[in-house]
Amino acid sequence: MKLIKLLLAASALALTAGAPAHAQSKNLMIDGQPMTVRAPAPAYLENIDEVLSGWLFRASETQALELDDFDNPGFVFVDKGIDLFNAVDGSEGKSCASCHEDVAEFAGLRASLPRVVDGKLQTLEEIVNAERVNKMGAEPWKWSGTEMTSVTALISLQSRGMPVSVKVDGDAAPFWEKGKELYYTRVGQLDLACANCHEDNFGKMIRADRLSQGQINGFPTYRLKNAKLNSVHARFKGCMKNVRAKPYKEGSDEFKALELYVASRGAGLSVESPSVRN
Amino acid sequence: MAKGVKPRVKVPKSAAAGDVITIKTLISHKMESGQRKDSDGNKIPRSIINRFTCDFNGQNVVDVTMEPAISTNPFFEFKATVPEAGEFKFTWYDDDGDVYEASKKIAVS
Repeated sequence: MKLIKLLLAASALALTAGAPAHAQSKNLMIDGQPMTVRAPAPAYLENIDEVLSGWLFRASETQALELDDFDNPGFVFVDKGIDLFNAVDGSEGKSCASCHEDVAEFAGLRASLPRVVDGKLQTLEEIVNAERVNKMGAEPWKWSGTEMTSVTALISLQSRGMPVSVKVDGDAAPFWEKGKELYYTRVGQLDLACANCHEDNFGKMIRADRLSQGQINGFPTYRLKNAKLNSVHARFKGCMKNVRAKPYKEGSDEFKALELYVASRGAGLSVESPSVRN
Repeated sequence: MAKGVKPRVKVPKSAAAGDVITIKTLISHKMESGQRKDSDGNKIPRSIINRFTCDFNGQNVVDVTMEPAISTNPFFEFKATVPEAGEFKFTWYDDDGDVYEASKKIAVS
């Protein structure tokens, strides 16, 4: 009798396998601040009704790491970011803090990036490096180096809890269209587009891992697999390698356009940076 | 001294006498295992924190021996009973002889 009950339970589970596992938590509160982890899909998303934060797809242990800033290993890097923000570098003898006294002035910046300025698409990494080169006379940082991700995490943290809201029309439209085309273009030996996993099959297992919607609202994100903060473009590269494609370069026009498009797919979700994923 | 080492501890500011409290500690450290090789094939020497202790008013709470398989930025969470007001002292011992210390006072209400 017991066996039959178990079998019934197992088949019931199999029926709901398309949705994220519900043994996990569904509501995210970080130090008392509620986060939006599910939101109605924006009108321009034709194939999904609801956008879901990657946090919903993780195991309860991984989820728990994000609930408290002391437990969140990403904050080791945020602390490093504070040190770098105040560190003098370059020929002008300035630090970030020489001009930007309080990093809190960047509240809302992450939520609106990438954005178009003077006809060019601009990401947070490019803003940081432009300031370093032009105002500080310092060497630019590597796109996904520890210095860069630490400082982008610190700046992104100021927007935590704010809804992602990137501009997709007007002068951003051509970049957004390019990103959309990349999202739906099959690449690599495995002949997969982003959409094949993250739109058609999210919630299902891909080998031992659960596929998320591939949202980037929590970037830079601390990954347990490499124990460091990861930039959006480094993650795109990882995905492209997994489908046996030749990745574009970090900071390339392709990845910047894709970043804009993927960010727009998460419109309404809270900025969660620095999030914790596996 | 290993680079970028920074101890962090989280202890409640006050507790009732006899309360069991949760203590969290994290120290940023690369925890190089000594098993890896660099791009030229040379062994990267081991550099880890090999011992962690916590004392309360001179009385030992935990004493941990740490081994090379422990990953970067070791995190410890443990419980302690607080009989009286006092100070928790945390000490980490590095392979290179360095000692990192942190302390937190707790009041009893």
